[in-house]
Amino acid sequence: MKNLKYALVGIVFGLALTKGEAISWYRIQEMFHFQSFHMYGIFMTAVPVAALSLWIIRKLQLHSADGQLIDAPVKPYHRGIIPGGLIFGFGWAFTGACPGPLYAQVGAGYLVTIITFVSALAGTWVYARLQPYLPS
Amino acid sequence: MDFLYRPWPWYVAGPIIGLSVPALLLMGNKKLGVSSTLRQICAACYPAKIPFLHYDWKKDSWNLFLVAGILIGGFVGGTLFANPEPTHLAPATVDLLHRQGIENLDGLMPVELFNWHTLLSVKGFLLMVVGGFMVGFGTRYARGCTSGHGIMGLAALQWSSLLATMSFFLGGILFSYFVLPYVLAL
Repeated sequence: MKNLKYALVGIVFGLALTKGEAISWYRIQEMFHFQSFHMYGIFMTAVPVAALSLWIIRKLQLHSADGQLIDAPVKPYHRGIIPGGLIFGFGWAFTGACPGPLYAQVGAGYLVTIITFVSALAGTWVYARLQPYLPS
Repeated sequence: MDFLYRPWPWYVAGPIIGLSVPALLLMGNKKLGVSSTLRQICAACYPAKIPFLHYDWKKDSWNLFLVAGILIGGFVGGTLFANPEPTHLAPATVDLLHRQGIENLDGLMPVELFNWHTLLSVKGFLLMVVGGFMVGFGTRYARGCTSGHGIMGLAALQWSSLLATMSFFLGGILFSYFVLPYVLAL
Protein backbone atom coordinates (compact mmCIF):
# COMPACT_ATOMS: atom_id res chain seq x y z
CA MET A 1 0.00 0.00 0.00
CA LYS A 2 1.78 3.10 -1.26
CA ASN A 3 -0.54 5.38 0.76
CA LEU A 4 0.21 3.81 4.12
CA LYS A 5 3.13 6.17 4.73
CA TYR A 6 0.69 9.10 4.83
CA ALA A 7 -1.07 7.41 7.74
CA LEU A 8 2.23 7.50 9.62
CA VAL A 9 2.45 11.27 9.10
CA GLY A 10 -1.17 11.49 10.26
CA ILE A 11 -0.41 9.55 13.45
CA VAL A 12 2.44 11.89 14.39
CA PHE A 13 0.39 14.95 13.37
CA GLY A 14 -2.64 13.75 15.36
CA LEU A 15 -0.49 12.88 18.37
CA ALA A 16 1.09 16.37 18.34
CA LEU A 17 -2.35 18.00 17.99
CA THR A 18 -3.64 15.96 20.93
CA LYS A 19 -0.61 16.20 23.24
CA GLY A 20 -0.25 19.88 22.33
CA GLU A 21 -3.90 20.25 23.40
CA ALA A 22 -4.80 21.93 20.11
CA ILE A 23 -7.89 19.69 20.10
CA SER A 24 -8.91 20.94 23.54
CA TRP A 25 -12.17 22.86 23.62
CA TYR A 26 -10.82 24.79 26.62
CA ARG A 27 -7.61 25.76 24.86
CA ILE A 28 -9.61 27.11 21.91
CA GLN A 29 -11.69 29.36 24.19
CA GLU A 30 -8.49 30.46 25.95
CA MET A 31 -6.99 31.31 22.55
CA PHE A 32 -10.00 33.31 21.34
CA HIS A 33 -9.93 35.31 24.58
CA PHE A 34 -6.16 35.95 24.29
CA GLN A 35 -5.61 34.55 27.77
CA SER A 36 -2.60 32.36 27.04
CA PHE A 37 0.26 32.21 24.59
CA HIS A 38 -0.01 28.41 24.25
CA MET A 39 -2.01 28.10 21.00
CA TYR A 40 -0.29 31.09 19.41
CA GLY A 41 3.02 29.48 20.29
CA ILE A 42 1.96 26.37 18.36
CA PHE A 43 1.10 28.43 15.25
CA MET A 44 4.18 30.61 15.57
CA THR A 45 6.48 27.59 15.59
CA ALA A 46 4.55 25.33 13.17
CA VAL A 47 4.34 27.93 10.38
CA PRO A 48 8.03 29.01 10.34
CA VAL A 49 9.19 25.37 10.51
CA ALA A 50 6.92 24.55 7.57
CA ALA A 51 7.92 27.70 5.66
CA LEU A 52 11.65 27.16 6.16
CA SER A 53 11.39 23.49 5.11
CA LEU A 54 9.43 24.45 2.00
CA TRP A 55 11.98 27.16 1.17
CA ILE A 56 14.91 24.72 1.50
CA ILE A 57 13.11 22.05 -0.53
CA ARG A 58 12.39 24.56 -3.32
CA LYS A 59 15.88 26.07 -3.18
CA LEU A 60 17.49 22.64 -3.62
CA GLN A 61 14.87 21.68 -6.24
CA LEU A 62 14.24 18.44 -4.41
CA HIS A 63 12.10 15.69 -5.84
CA SER A 64 9.61 13.63 -3.92
CA ALA A 65 10.19 9.92 -3.31
CA ASP A 66 8.03 9.17 -6.35
CA GLY A 67 10.12 11.42 -8.57
CA GLN A 68 8.07 14.61 -8.89
CA LEU A 69 9.69 18.03 -8.66
CA ILE A 70 8.24 19.45 -5.44
CA ASP A 71 6.22 22.62 -5.98
CA ALA A 72 4.55 25.08 -3.64
CA PRO A 73 0.77 25.30 -3.54
CA VAL A 74 -0.81 28.35 -5.16
CA LYS A 75 -3.98 29.53 -3.50
CA PRO A 76 -5.51 32.38 -5.44
CA TYR A 77 -7.95 34.78 -3.82
CA HIS A 78 -11.62 34.03 -4.34
CA ARG A 79 -14.78 35.49 -2.89
CA GLY A 80 -15.41 32.57 -0.53
CA ILE A 81 -12.28 33.19 1.53
CA ILE A 82 -13.77 35.76 3.92
CA PRO A 83 -17.38 34.55 4.32
CA GLY A 84 -16.29 30.90 4.40
CA GLY A 85 -13.49 31.69 6.80
CA LEU A 86 -15.83 33.54 9.16
CA ILE A 87 -18.42 30.73 9.11
CA PHE A 88 -15.71 28.18 9.87
CA GLY A 89 -14.51 30.44 12.72
CA PHE A 90 -18.02 30.47 14.20
CA GLY A 91 -18.08 26.68 14.15
CA TRP A 92 -14.56 26.46 15.56
CA ALA A 93 -15.64 28.48 18.62
CA PHE A 94 -18.66 26.20 19.16
CA THR A 95 -17.03 22.80 18.64
CA GLY A 96 -13.46 23.60 19.67
CA ALA A 97 -12.44 21.71 16.57
CA CYS A 98 -11.06 22.53 13.19
CA PRO A 99 -11.13 19.65 10.70
CA GLY A 100 -7.91 17.97 11.96
CA PRO A 101 -9.12 17.90 15.56
CA LEU A 102 -12.55 16.65 14.37
CA TYR A 103 -10.84 13.33 13.70
CA ALA A 104 -8.56 13.50 16.74
CA GLN A 105 -11.42 14.27 19.17
CA VAL A 106 -13.17 11.08 18.08
CA GLY A 107 -9.94 9.15 18.54
CA ALA A 108 -9.40 10.74 21.95
CA GLY A 109 -12.53 8.96 23.11
CA TYR A 110 -15.10 11.79 22.93
CA LEU A 111 -17.38 9.60 20.88
CA VAL A 112 -20.24 12.09 20.73
CA THR A 113 -18.02 14.22 18.47
CA ILE A 114 -18.86 11.65 15.76
CA ILE A 115 -22.02 13.77 15.50
CA THR A 116 -19.93 16.94 15.08
CA PHE A 117 -18.00 15.14 12.37
CA VAL A 118 -21.12 13.92 10.55
CA SER A 119 -22.53 17.47 10.75
CA ALA A 120 -19.33 18.77 9.19
CA LEU A 121 -19.84 16.27 6.35
CA ALA A 122 -23.40 17.57 6.00
CA GLY A 123 -22.08 21.15 5.91
CA THR A 124 -19.64 20.24 3.16
CA TRP A 125 -22.39 18.46 1.23
CA VAL A 126 -24.75 21.43 1.50
CA TYR A 127 -21.94 23.74 0.36
CA ALA A 128 -21.43 21.47 -2.65
CA ARG A 129 -25.14 21.62 -3.40
CA LEU A 130 -25.26 25.44 -3.12
CA GLN A 131 -21.91 26.04 -4.77
CA PRO A 132 -23.33 27.17 -8.15
CA TYR A 133 -25.37 29.88 -6.40
CA LEU A 134 -22.69 31.24 -4.05
CA PRO A 135 -20.23 33.97 -5.08
CA SER A 136 -16.83 32.41 -5.57
CA MET B 1 6.59 6.52 28.42
CA ASP B 2 6.05 9.53 30.66
CA PHE B 3 6.31 11.95 27.74
CA LEU B 4 3.27 10.28 26.18
CA TYR B 5 1.11 10.92 29.26
CA ARG B 6 2.23 14.47 29.83
CA PRO B 7 0.95 17.31 27.62
CA TRP B 8 3.54 18.75 25.24
CA PRO B 9 4.53 22.40 25.46
CA TRP B 10 3.86 24.54 22.40
CA TYR B 11 7.54 24.56 21.41
CA VAL B 12 7.44 20.77 21.05
CA ALA B 13 3.97 20.32 19.50
CA GLY B 14 4.28 23.28 17.09
CA PRO B 15 7.49 22.25 15.31
CA ILE B 16 6.28 18.62 15.00
CA ILE B 17 3.04 19.86 13.41
CA GLY B 18 5.12 22.06 11.08
CA LEU B 19 7.33 19.13 10.05
CA SER B 20 4.33 17.29 8.62
CA VAL B 21 4.56 19.77 5.71
CA PRO B 22 8.02 18.71 4.43
CA ALA B 23 7.25 15.05 5.29
CA LEU B 24 4.24 15.04 2.95
CA LEU B 25 6.08 16.99 0.25
CA LEU B 26 9.06 14.65 0.30
CA MET B 27 6.94 11.51 0.32
CA GLY B 28 4.82 12.39 -2.68
CA ASN B 29 4.63 16.17 -3.29
CA LYS B 30 1.45 16.25 -1.21
CA LYS B 31 0.16 19.49 0.28
CA LEU B 32 -1.04 19.35 3.87
CA GLY B 33 -4.80 19.84 4.11
CA VAL B 34 -7.53 18.20 6.14
CA SER B 35 -10.88 19.80 5.25
CA SER B 36 -10.63 18.43 1.68
CA THR B 37 -11.15 14.97 3.17
CA LEU B 38 -14.71 15.98 4.10
CA ARG B 39 -15.38 16.60 0.40
CA GLN B 40 -13.68 13.32 -0.41
CA ILE B 41 -15.97 11.40 1.94
CA CYS B 42 -19.04 13.18 0.55
CA ALA B 43 -17.93 12.35 -2.99
CA ALA B 44 -17.33 8.70 -2.06
CA CYS B 45 -20.53 8.19 -0.05
CA TYR B 46 -23.25 10.41 -1.48
CA PRO B 47 -22.31 12.45 -4.54
CA ALA B 48 -25.99 12.64 -5.62
CA LYS B 49 -25.83 14.54 -8.92
CA ILE B 50 -23.76 17.41 -7.58
CA PRO B 51 -21.00 18.50 -9.98
CA PHE B 52 -18.75 19.61 -7.06
CA LEU B 53 -18.78 16.03 -5.79
CA HIS B 54 -18.23 14.32 -9.16
CA TYR B 55 -14.52 13.87 -9.57
CA ASP B 56 -12.03 11.07 -9.22
CA TRP B 57 -11.78 11.13 -5.41
CA LYS B 58 -9.80 7.89 -5.41
CA LYS B 59 -6.92 9.69 -7.09
CA ASP B 60 -6.51 11.83 -3.95
CA SER B 61 -7.21 9.07 -1.47
CA TRP B 62 -3.81 9.63 0.16
CA ASN B 63 -5.46 12.24 2.39
CA LEU B 64 -7.92 9.67 3.73
CA PHE B 65 -4.90 7.76 5.03
CA LEU B 66 -3.62 10.98 6.59
CA VAL B 67 -6.86 11.55 8.52
CA ALA B 68 -7.11 7.90 9.54
CA GLY B 69 -3.68 8.48 11.04
CA ILE B 70 -4.88 11.63 12.81
CA LEU B 71 -7.70 9.61 14.37
CA ILE B 72 -5.19 7.00 15.55
CA GLY B 73 -2.92 9.78 16.85
CA GLY B 74 -5.87 11.14 18.82
CA PHE B 75 -6.52 7.66 20.20
CA VAL B 76 -2.90 7.18 21.27
CA GLY B 77 -2.56 10.65 22.77
CA GLY B 78 -6.05 11.09 24.20
CA THR B 79 -7.24 7.59 25.09
CA LEU B 80 -4.28 5.24 25.54
CA PHE B 81 -2.02 7.84 27.12
CA ALA B 82 -4.58 10.37 28.31
CA ASN B 83 -3.19 13.13 30.50
CA PRO B 84 -4.46 12.28 34.02
CA GLU B 85 -4.09 15.92 35.12
CA PRO B 86 -6.46 18.75 34.19
CA THR B 87 -5.18 21.11 31.47
CA HIS B 88 -2.97 23.94 32.75
CA LEU B 89 -5.26 26.66 31.49
CA ALA B 90 -4.71 30.33 32.21
CA PRO B 91 -6.42 31.25 35.52
CA ALA B 92 -8.48 33.86 33.63
CA THR B 93 -9.85 31.10 31.36
CA VAL B 94 -10.69 28.86 34.31
CA ASP B 95 -12.56 31.81 35.86
CA LEU B 96 -14.37 32.59 32.65
CA LEU B 97 -15.50 29.01 32.05
CA HIS B 98 -16.62 28.61 35.68
CA ARG B 99 -18.59 31.85 35.41
CA GLN B 100 -20.20 30.47 32.24
CA GLY B 101 -21.39 27.52 34.29
CA ILE B 102 -18.90 24.84 33.26
CA GLU B 103 -17.95 23.06 36.49
CA ASN B 104 -15.73 20.25 35.34
CA LEU B 105 -12.70 21.24 33.28
CA ASP B 106 -11.15 17.76 33.12
CA GLY B 107 -9.92 16.15 29.93
CA LEU B 108 -9.95 17.88 26.57
CA MET B 109 -13.65 18.73 26.33
CA PRO B 110 -16.38 19.61 28.83
CA VAL B 111 -18.31 16.34 28.94
CA GLU B 112 -21.21 18.08 30.66
CA LEU B 113 -21.78 19.99 27.39
CA PHE B 114 -20.67 17.36 24.90
CA ASN B 115 -22.60 14.18 25.61
CA TRP B 116 -25.40 12.14 24.04
CA HIS B 117 -28.09 13.63 26.31
CA THR B 118 -27.26 17.29 25.67
CA LEU B 119 -27.29 16.50 21.96
CA LEU B 120 -31.08 16.54 22.22
CA SER B 121 -31.13 19.93 23.97
CA VAL B 122 -31.01 23.27 22.15
CA LYS B 123 -27.60 23.99 23.69
CA GLY B 124 -26.01 20.70 22.66
CA PHE B 125 -27.63 20.81 19.24
CA LEU B 126 -26.16 24.27 18.60
CA LEU B 127 -22.69 23.35 19.87
CA MET B 128 -22.32 20.00 18.13
CA VAL B 129 -24.70 19.86 15.16
CA VAL B 130 -24.79 23.51 14.10
CA GLY B 131 -21.13 24.00 15.08
CA GLY B 132 -20.00 21.00 13.06
CA PHE B 133 -22.12 22.09 10.11
CA MET B 134 -20.46 25.51 10.08
CA VAL B 135 -17.01 23.91 10.22
CA GLY B 136 -17.79 21.75 7.18
CA PHE B 137 -19.59 24.46 5.21
CA GLY B 138 -17.14 27.26 6.02
CA THR B 139 -13.93 25.35 5.34
CA ARG B 140 -15.13 24.21 1.94
CA TYR B 141 -16.37 27.68 1.01
CA ALA B 142 -12.98 29.11 2.05
CA ARG B 143 -11.29 26.12 0.30
CA GLY B 144 -9.16 25.22 3.26
CA CYS B 145 -8.91 25.09 7.01
CA THR B 146 -6.35 25.70 9.72
CA SER B 147 -4.04 23.13 8.10
CA GLY B 148 -4.45 23.97 4.41
CA HIS B 149 -4.54 27.77 4.79
CA GLY B 150 -3.25 28.33 8.33
CA ILE B 151 -0.13 26.17 8.04
CA MET B 152 0.46 25.07 4.42
CA GLY B 153 -0.81 28.27 2.77
CA LEU B 154 0.99 30.59 5.18
CA ALA B 155 4.18 28.56 4.81
CA ALA B 156 3.90 29.06 1.04
CA LEU B 157 3.42 32.82 1.66
CA GLN B 158 -0.01 32.93 0.06
CA TRP B 159 -1.88 36.20 0.71
CA SER B 160 -5.26 34.52 0.37
CA SER B 161 -4.28 32.08 3.12
CA LEU B 162 -3.37 34.95 5.43
CA LEU B 163 -6.76 36.51 4.72
CA ALA B 164 -8.44 33.14 5.33
CA THR B 165 -6.58 32.58 8.60
CA MET B 166 -7.50 36.07 9.80
CA SER B 167 -11.14 35.32 8.94
CA PHE B 168 -11.02 32.03 10.90
CA PHE B 169 -9.76 33.87 13.97
CA LEU B 170 -12.11 36.83 13.59
CA GLY B 171 -15.09 34.45 13.29
CA GLY B 172 -13.94 32.45 16.30
CA ILE B 173 -13.32 35.54 18.44
CA LEU B 174 -16.71 37.01 17.55
CA PHE B 175 -18.57 33.81 18.45
CA SER B 176 -16.50 33.05 21.52
CA TYR B 177 -17.08 36.55 22.95
CA PHE B 178 -20.57 37.41 21.80
CA VAL B 179 -22.50 34.26 20.98
CA LEU B 180 -21.14 31.36 23.04
CA PRO B 181 -21.98 33.01 26.41
CA TYR B 182 -25.66 33.12 25.40
CA VAL B 183 -25.62 29.54 24.15
CA LEU B 184 -24.00 28.33 27.38
CA ALA B 185 -26.65 30.19 29.38
CA LEU B 186 -29.48 28.27 27.64
